[in-house]
Amino acid sequence: MGSILRFRKLCYAKRLNIQSYESKKFDKKNDGIVSSSEAVMEELKKRKLRKQPQGWRCIDSCCWAIGHLCTAWWLLLFFYHILPTNLPGLQVPESPGQKLRREGQTALHPVVLVPGIVTGGLELWEGRPCAEGLFRKRLWGGSFAEIFKRPICWLEHLSLDNETGLDPPGIRIRAVPGLVAADYFAPGYFVWAILIENLAKIGYEEKNMYMAAYDWRLSFQNAEIRDKSLSRLKSKIELMYETNGYKKVVVVPHSMGVIYFLHFLKWVESPPPFGGGGGPGWCAKHIKAVMNIGPTFLGVPKTVSNILSSEAKDVAFLRSMAPGVFDSEILRLQTLEHVMRVFRTWDSVISLLPKGGETIWGNLDWSPEDHCGCDFANIKASGTNSSDFKTNNSDAKCSFQLKERVKYGRIISFGKIAAELPSSQLPTLSFKEFLLKKKANSFCGEVWTEYDELSRESIREVADNKAYTAETLLNLIRHLAPKMMQRAEDHFSHGIANDLDDPKYAHYKYWSNPLETKLPNAPDMEIYCLYGVGIPTERSYIYKISPSDRCKSIPYRIDGSADGTHNGCLKNGVYFVDGDESVPVISAGFMCAKAWRGKTRFNPSGMATFNREYHHKPPSSLLEGRGLESGAHVDIMGNVGLIEDVLRVAAGATGEELGGDRIHSDVVRMSDRINLRLVSLLVTIGDVISLLVIISGAGEQGRVCHPLTNGSGSRHHLAMTSNAAVARC
Amino acid sequence: MQNIRRRKPSESEPSKPPETNLPDSDDDTKTTQKGPKRESRKEESKKRKENKNKWSCVDNCCWLIGVICSIWWGLLFLYHCLPSSFPQYVTEAITGPLPDPPGEKLLKEGLTAAHPVVFVPGIVTGGLELWEGHQCADALFRKRLWGGTFGEVYKRPSCWVEHMSLDNETGLDPPGIRIRPVSGLVAADYFAPGYFVWAVLIANLARIGYEEKNMYMAAYDWRLSYQNTEVRDRSLSRIKSNIELMVATNGGKKAVVVPHSMGVLYFLHFMKWVEAPAPMGGGGGSDWCARHLKAVMSIGGPFLGVPKAVPGLLSAEAKDVAVARAIAPGVLDSELFRLQTLQYVMKMTRTWDSTMSMIPRGGETIWGGLDWAPEEGYDCSKKKQRNNNTLSASHEESGSYSSQRKNVFYGRMISFGKDVAEASPSEIKRINFRDAVKGSNIANGTCRDVWTEYHDMGVQGIKAVAEYKVYTAGDILDLLHFVAPKMMARGDAHFSYGIAGNLDDPKYENYKYWSNPLETKLPNAPELEIFSLYGVGISTERAYVYRLSPSMDCNIPFQIDIAADEGDEDSCLKDGVFLVNGDETVPVLSTGFMCARGWRGKTRFNPFGIRTYVREYDHAPPSNLLEGRGTQSGAHVDIMGNFALIEDVMRVAAGATGNDLGGDRVVGAPPVVSRCLAENRFFASLMLKPQGARVIATLGQSIWFSLF
Repeated sequence: MGSILRFRKLCYAKRLNIQSYESKKFDKKNDGIVSSSEAVMEELKKRKLRKQPQGWRCIDSCCWAIGHLCTAWWLLLFFYHILPTNLPGLQVPESPGQKLRREGQTALHPVVLVPGIVTGGLELWEGRPCAEGLFRKRLWGGSFAEIFKRPICWLEHLSLDNETGLDPPGIRIRAVPGLVAADYFAPGYFVWAILIENLAKIGYEEKNMYMAAYDWRLSFQNAEIRDKSLSRLKSKIELMYETNGYKKVVVVPHSMGVIYFLHFLKWVESPPPFGGGGGPGWCAKHIKAVMNIGPTFLGVPKTVSNILSSEAKDVAFLRSMAPGVFDSEILRLQTLEHVMRVFRTWDSVISLLPKGGETIWGNLDWSPEDHCGCDFANIKASGTNSSDFKTNNSDAKCSFQLKERVKYGRIISFGKIAAELPSSQLPTLSFKEFLLKKKANSFCGEVWTEYDELSRESIREVADNKAYTAETLLNLIRHLAPKMMQRAEDHFSHGIANDLDDPKYAHYKYWSNPLETKLPNAPDMEIYCLYGVGIPTERSYIYKISPSDRCKSIPYRIDGSADGTHNGCLKNGVYFVDGDESVPVISAGFMCAKAWRGKTRFNPSGMATFNREYHHKPPSSLLEGRGLESGAHVDIMGNVGLIEDVLRVAAGATGEELGGDRIHSDVVRMSDRINLRLVSLLVTIGDVISLLVIISGAGEQGRVCHPLTNGSGSRHHLAMTSNAAVARC
Repeated sequence: MQNIRRRKPSESEPSKPPETNLPDSDDDTKTTQKGPKRESRKEESKKRKENKNKWSCVDNCCWLIGVICSIWWGLLFLYHCLPSSFPQYVTEAITGPLPDPPGEKLLKEGLTAAHPVVFVPGIVTGGLELWEGHQCADALFRKRLWGGTFGEVYKRPSCWVEHMSLDNETGLDPPGIRIRPVSGLVAADYFAPGYFVWAVLIANLARIGYEEKNMYMAAYDWRLSYQNTEVRDRSLSRIKSNIELMVATNGGKKAVVVPHSMGVLYFLHFMKWVEAPAPMGGGGGSDWCARHLKAVMSIGGPFLGVPKAVPGLLSAEAKDVAVARAIAPGVLDSELFRLQTLQYVMKMTRTWDSTMSMIPRGGETIWGGLDWAPEEGYDCSKKKQRNNNTLSASHEESGSYSSQRKNVFYGRMISFGKDVAEASPSEIKRINFRDAVKGSNIANGTCRDVWTEYHDMGVQGIKAVAEYKVYTAGDILDLLHFVAPKMMARGDAHFSYGIAGNLDDPKYENYKYWSNPLETKLPNAPELEIFSLYGVGISTERAYVYRLSPSMDCNIPFQIDIAADEGDEDSCLKDGVFLVNGDETVPVLSTGFMCARGWRGKTRFNPFGIRTYVREYDHAPPSNLLEGRGTQSGAHVDIMGNFALIEDVMRVAAGATGNDLGGDRVVGAPPVVSRCLAENRFFASLMLKPQGARVIATLGQSIWFSLF
């Protein structure tokens, strides 16, 4: 090192003395030291004389700058580590865990955490040669370093087989087990970590807390077939129930985990081989409460745009900012196409398509959300308690009534005009016509999306159909991606059951759809819907045919130029409603607010349901990170209000002790606008008149009085009448 | 950004256009001639020069750091660009093609995953993480305190010791502290970064199709007594539930259990627990083991205890520490910085009940008396003696006892003074210490914060201990009761060290007997197979020469007498430690006896005739540095990377029986390797490879590491 330094010094000295010294003079000084580098010096000097010593100086200053940066960085790091974790000046708000601990709450019921889609880590157990050295390393979650190092290899390993929806031969990717699976998604980006930490403060640890990690790419039943995930979950719940003094379990699923757990509830009571064979009383015996966070009960409209063109709001926005980046053929990127190919092999995605068709999501002219404006930020943050909850409130929450209603029901419309036209003027084209015309053109190469098999005409004809509702949308996707839908529809269903007692509903493909299953017979169990509100959430899209005619490209894309005047409802080709940024309120709240409220045909044992909404407040300062009162889909896991609710229930509180419902949004009114039959079909057959009475009665009660305050009476009444009806039948 | 901005003004000077620079340097040389005319300019240039000089030093440093960083990054980049199998290419280029790893080999043979596999890690190897701590451990929530990098040991040692200790009354958590075992395969796949424990076995099993659904790491808090892991963490219930689940979800295939080191005793305890009725037991019914277990493949199982545990408990030292003390006397005892490392370590380890499960069992019957020991005749010279033929049923007492120069009395596990260790039994005068009055407290107040029970013993007690001269395995229990009554009182509730007279005695239903193979019956599972897999060919601690430590005030009063050395390469006595054949930690006697004799056939310990097999793996040190810890190692932990052992485990997991493997595998004639050479190699490796755990062991931060 010394000699390097000296060498460098020389160079500097040299530069200063170029003019004044004879070269010999200079060299004499350092004779002994640098005789060997004399020749180099000569050379250098000559070069410097000829042209200015720019090159040397440049490298030099680069090194200098790097050195400086490194040192500064290390110093900062050092100081950061030396600093106490709690600065005395900074007032750290008391965490909910500490607060409850001070109140004397301790761990009582075991807690099961069920992560959602995307947030769970996946690791490699067996791979192709290109993934050498990655055994038991995370391919999903963590630092995602492999994406940049070997993107093709990474995509290949994360895909599933597009025939079976299971592992491709020679590749085994498995879910990371344990709490580490989803405590942090990436370093510093918490998912469950804060909730876990707060639970630990009141005494939770591994023996009474379990993360039910599963491979979220698979369909739910396949997770059992391949990994035995459902069996493991069952065994873990039974174990924790037994080893914690026979205290029932509190389950906390998040996002897609909610419908995964719904599937589990049916699975565990069904007989083998398809079910877990736990018997009809299993849920009543083992589960105290299900606290769904950001539930996706009725699907997520975002999924549609993901499946159609593997883009969402963010991508569309990016594209409008920098057109051409995604489409550039340079480096053969085709990012979106590759992403789409991988995405379409994941069955679980299909489970997130909107469920319930036009009844829930609205038809060409009508939608449950269309009576309100889109000014979510101005919705008052003041919570309403169940006690003083009245119908009038929901009117007050609508900032104003719109003259022309947004047609949210048209989830996909081709062109802005189609999105706004009255339905009578829309062209209607049945799918059967162009299903016949479908033919495969020349195979476009390695990128497998089923678009390659569609002819140009049929692509255009799809666009000519102009507007799609939640129901016709399924046909559209079946048409555009027949293989994917064929695979996935063995596992998922998106309809509404007419007669829940129909034996066909014993099939597992209906288990994750709340509109086609009954809740288990567990009257003491409680179901919570905890979700954020106050953030604009994607609801429907304006599409266009993508301009480039190349093969291999995705033929449709969101029309980023469609910006509306609907008071901000339409932005960059996307219509927004109230929600938690990913899931609209209707999907998150409807089941708890209406369809399961009281004794309905979906909830025959009448278990109690609670809606708890958390109004979004962006973090006030940078120090707060992702915010203590966020309502966003994932960030809500750090919301102190939500954490406190979960902790209280885990420590033994019931929903009524929490304060019952806590509603900010318009969910009750929206739910009332949805015309879904909530009583058993037998009743209608039996007695039309009594049906009318019941429906109008139930409707009134749902609107006027809260089932919690007045519910027992009405429930009783309902049961009485339906019983009578059955008897008459 | 600021840095760059700051840099700019200074940089602008040297990079000024030459036009301004040229006259400047002209000035420097010509000022003398041109005189005061340009004094102002001269000063200016001087300033500038000073400036240059000023920043040249800092500048040079920065430059240097920059260069180093850039080169480092460059190298790192190149390293990452290389294919990850590069080291393997190099190795193969040097030593010729490597053998296929067992996973690869068996995959080619067509073996696939059949029986679910359960790993039971041993003492020390499992990770522990913080769930609740005192103020000083803020921000360490769910970070590993044990295992991993051990970063906290250096950052806040006293905090670390405080958190790792258990309550010395109950043997459970101290108030306000919750340390819990890490769960899952990550608990013990690597002990420290790069120091594998189970990782190699796991990787090989994965090759033939194992994954999380049929592989389970039964992690438990290895500091607790076995029954307390159930009381506090429900660890035994979790193992039971997981085995049941795996058996049910893998088509009713029974589980293969692979315990290592102390995990062997833990699983022995489990097998009794699971069939015992609730509330003390798991209530699985008397045929639980028969229904759920196919084979138990104990790796390096200290069935009868480990002699190493004795000096560990007595003076918190083992061979390594003794050597470290010999090399640098005074370091461990220095009062500078109030280190007292050993005392702190002792205080901590004495709160761990599990260490007491490792005390030699079976007393003088097994470990030998004053003038007798089963290993008698073991030749420590260069020619390795097969010492196990006294144990192995197949080689009945046929070993050729080569000419003995001097008889070694292994039965004397602790002797005070070398002369005593070698004297004939009649010459030793022993004064009974058991009734000795413990003297007044010698400790002054300053020693008080280091809690070891030695302070209650007083000078007389210590003298009395030394006066007894020689301790056999049976005496050692009394000795420990004498020097550490509180600890042993705690331990006696959980462990027992005797041999049962009548196994049907109802007292043996107490859980304290369950982990002692000499006081329990094996379960009624005639189809179960028990394997004992262990390494041989490494000299292993067996007995110790002790002395009173020179300074009396705050120190531990006893020390291994490192001066006791034959000075002869062939001797069994090295640095105050008598050595026998074993796997570096556990002597063959302890690992092999039960499977070779105690359980062989239908015995009273094995009333249902469970078949047992002994599989020995002769130690061969890694041939070069690139091989890491070797693929044929027999050392206690390194054996987990032994290809032959892995292959055996995998074959059984894939369905083979003990007979398919070839029954017993007893090392008959080990290759002629100098024991001393092997030992030198060990110490050499200790210096050469500062891999986390070893370094810690030598630093005396965790003496118990060597006690696996």
